[in-house]
Amino acid sequence: MDAASAKYIGAGLAMLGMIGAGIGLGNLFGSYLAAAIRNPSAAAGERPMLFLGMALTEALGIFALVIAFLILFA
Amino acid sequence: MADPMHQFQIHKVVDLPTVNLPGLGVVDLSITNSVVSMGMAAGLICVFFALAARQAVVPGRLQSVGEMLYSLVDDLAGSIIGHEGKVFFPFVFTLFSFILAMNFLGMFLVFTATSQLAVTVTLAMLTILTVVVVGFARNGFGFFKLFVPSGVPAFLLILMVPIEIISFLVRPVTLALRLFGNMIGGHVVLKIFAGFIISLGLLASGGGIASLGYLGSVVSLGSVVALTALEFIVAFLQAFVFAALTCVYLNDVVNLHSH
Repeated sequence: MDAASAKYIGAGLAMLGMIGAGIGLGNLFGSYLAAAIRNPSAAAGERPMLFLGMALTEALGIFALVIAFLILFA
Repeated sequence: MADPMHQFQIHKVVDLPTVNLPGLGVVDLSITNSVVSMGMAAGLICVFFALAARQAVVPGRLQSVGEMLYSLVDDLAGSIIGHEGKVFFPFVFTLFSFILAMNFLGMFLVFTATSQLAVTVTLAMLTILTVVVVGFARNGFGFFKLFVPSGVPAFLLILMVPIEIISFLVRPVTLALRLFGNMIGGHVVLKIFAGFIISLGLLASGGGIASLGYLGSVVSLGSVVALTALEFIVAFLQAFVFAALTCVYLNDVVNLHSH
């Protein structure tokens, strides 16, 4: 297998790491929505925490993307 | 398809000579597009806050935006760090507004300064150095109590302390990579989808069944619009998250004794 094909396969495999990020984000927003429907007035107070949690979870998926780019382009 | 990584290339705008610094080696002083972008971001912040910092009791639109940004970071620092958070507000607000300006300028101009690992690593290193210096200044050698969580039995501590030290050392890495990855990923995806518009359109001009390519072109255009909106949100969110995490790390060292 030559290096170019191996790079493409490697980048594709690296992106599988985003599965975890996707599940985590769905979990996060799902719990927030479920709690917000129970207690709408308290939901607005926790929204900064929601965005913080979202960015932290998304970051792990983005690390997988960075590895994929490193494999593809470096 | 054109190379989506070409937009992150550094070009020299003004070619200045290199200097030989004793500790750092050869440093190239040229003004590059990254330097110009960062300078524009800094200038934009100065101009914006010079214009927005009026003293009207009923704020106009510009003053409202400035006050909203100020109160966002002020409430963040106050709620996370507590009363002592007011001391760190200038640092956190500078970080927040600088990253916000660089991210937003990257959406309007050709070059995003925060898509350079050098820039984000510098910001992350500044943050962690501030945290470490503040930790030692406030707690002396009690700073190392940060790595010893309370209420843990002794045999688990042998495992926990190295894990805590490693997770502390990983913090600047994640700070840098989070901002870098989000900016690179966003702009690469935008470029790729924009490339689809042209390439699918060219494919469709062949006629026949390939005319479906026009449909694909329109869908790509729609997704570029949606992704651009998402990128604006991400630009703001990443600046907010960097500031929020700085507050959290400062809280860890400032409120070491009252966990």
